[in-house]
Amino acid sequence: MSTILDLLDRPAIDDLARYNFAYLDEQTKRMIRRAILKAIAVPGYQVPFGSREMPMPYGWGTGGVQVTASILGADDVLKVIDQGADDTTNAVSIRKFFQHVAGVKTTTSTEEATVIQTRHRIPERALKAGQTIVFQVPIPEPLRFLEPRETETRAMHALEEYGLMHVKLYEDIARHGHIATTYAYPVKVAGRYVMDPSPTPKFDNPKMHMNPALQLYGAGREARIYAIPPYTEVVSLDFEDHPFAVNRFDRPCALCGAENVYLDEVVTDDAGGRMFVCSDTDNCEDRRAEGYVGEQTEAAESGLSGPREARS
Amino acid sequence: MYVAVKGGEKAIENAHRLLDEKRRGDRRLPALSLEQIAGQLALAVDRVMAEGALYDRELAALAVKQARGDMIEAIFLLRAYRTTLPRFYESLPVDTGAMGIERRISACFKDLPGGQLLGPTFDYTHRLLDPDLTGEEVEPNDLGTAEANDAVMRVSDILAADGMIESEEPLVDEDGVEATPGDMTRRPLSYPLSREQRLQALARGDEGFLLALGYSTQRGYGRNHPFAGEIRIGLVEVEVDLPELGHAVPIGRVRLTECQMVNQFRGSSETPPQFTRGYGLVFGQSERKAMSMALVDRALRARDFGEDVLAPAQDEEFVVSHCDNVQATGFVEHLKLPHYVDFQSELQLIRTLRQEWAEARESDADGDEEFGREAAE
Repeated sequence: MSTILDLLDRPAIDDLARYNFAYLDEQTKRMIRRAILKAIAVPGYQVPFGSREMPMPYGWGTGGVQVTASILGADDVLKVIDQGADDTTNAVSIRKFFQHVAGVKTTTSTEEATVIQTRHRIPERALKAGQTIVFQVPIPEPLRFLEPRETETRAMHALEEYGLMHVKLYEDIARHGHIATTYAYPVKVAGRYVMDPSPTPKFDNPKMHMNPALQLYGAGREARIYAIPPYTEVVSLDFEDHPFAVNRFDRPCALCGAENVYLDEVVTDDAGGRMFVCSDTDNCEDRRAEGYVGEQTEAAESGLSGPREARS
Repeated sequence: MYVAVKGGEKAIENAHRLLDEKRRGDRRLPALSLEQIAGQLALAVDRVMAEGALYDRELAALAVKQARGDMIEAIFLLRAYRTTLPRFYESLPVDTGAMGIERRISACFKDLPGGQLLGPTFDYTHRLLDPDLTGEEVEPNDLGTAEANDAVMRVSDILAADGMIESEEPLVDEDGVEATPGDMTRRPLSYPLSREQRLQALARGDEGFLLALGYSTQRGYGRNHPFAGEIRIGLVEVEVDLPELGHAVPIGRVRLTECQMVNQFRGSSETPPQFTRGYGLVFGQSERKAMSMALVDRALRARDFGEDVLAPAQDEEFVVSHCDNVQATGFVEHLKLPHYVDFQSELQLIRTLRQEWAEARESDADGDEEFGREAAE
């Protein structure tokens, strides 16, 4: 019979680091899964959950990591991106974490992944039914910067009292001539809850609408989970005379020539030199593998093989 | 030619190797042992246990070492370990009245049963750097072995006996049935909070944050006329109820610092005027934290006493949402993560706004010119 003293017996200090599959214990995973199911049942509603301390700091993806850890199975293929890229430091760190604690297969390919954890972007390549995208969310409450009190914002959601948000957007137009929200642009989900899409640029908002993939949002510090089930209506808030529009870039990607994708601006020298390249590195690499070229790659190629005229 | 920045993985590895090297310091010197840290930096270890919410001196010492002395980093390490531990039992409420006293003072009474016991305190030391400590040798102490002192009655019990201070109400649920306290580490907090939830949050809240808030109440932002009724430090027994045995058994002892603030009165048509309480309880020896906690606890009870809620220290959403230093440091420091996707959106917008501004100014200028000409004609 095990006594309480056995139970209290701590392993020797060098045996401390033995963790369950995907780090969290099964009880915690079950609790988080229940929250996820509730979130799916009430699209856009923020479900409180017993968020745990994770071995990475709050604000660095603990919510997303807890959601991913709870849904991950041994057969899953995981992709982690930050700013659209697989090789940004925090994406590397989170991917390594799951390689270490879950031993799952990881990928950089959007196509191949079954679970994609992301910060600030939705991949350019359309997601498929059966895929799950997990967003890391810093501030889940879309009304937070209009009303700092949780007790108030909860009542506003319950009463569907979203006038304040429209006033904010209107004031933007009055002051700047535009809605000055360029990321974390509020959306209404399934005609009911106004939701913060996490700080993705509003460029990505249309991708949320009727998406065949399951979209899960985890906010660790704020202890909230919310979701958009597959094929759900997601509408970006706007006005009839100031309809929602995504930001467009006036040039294609310098590496792969892609248009209508989100671009990063890269400062190339100290004399005002700039170039624009795909934020979604996987999409960019795929396109280049398929033979697409951009301004920069063209120049490099022609540099290697002499003048273009001579080649053609 | 732009080369896509690759190699985040390599960079992280190298950074961590460098960190490890820096942590170790000069390798010609012996490494710190956990015993040295737990024994000679005991108050640092206490703080890490308190805000890390895990009573384990050895692990807390390891965290201090691993964190290179960065308190909040050490607290974070301990928390991240604690969260993975299973729960077997809930202990019974500890009896601080039965504490083996190491220090006990009251600012309310000159003398009282059990007396004033200063114990190991910085109070009344002159803060003069002591050069003798630089090369401290091993020498026998002349204090003998410290003996555990007897339990002494609590000052709040002295006041309560006369009905002079509000009584300690047992914890009950909405239906008036005796309840067990919730656990904020397992369930998300939902505002408004009960007092016991607030106390849980404050007990692991940041010492500096609570110190500043407690201080603010003394300077008029939510003043509550406090007296340090009692501060006591010592070991208490932790007991759990074992259903197999049918009674509680002690499983160990923890050192606690308890502070009972006695604050100005309230009364009503039903009850005569009484002192009110502010309560602070912290793992280890930390008077500063326990006293600050007691001030803030009392300030947060403003609504219960029908006082105006005007100051930050009285606002529970403000205090409790921001008192956790692991959360706070994570979110503040996350600003160093890349944000270039969002920044790009802002760049695009500000370029548009600037262009529109320039165009508007140009057309205004044209208009002015025309107007000027017309006037001249």
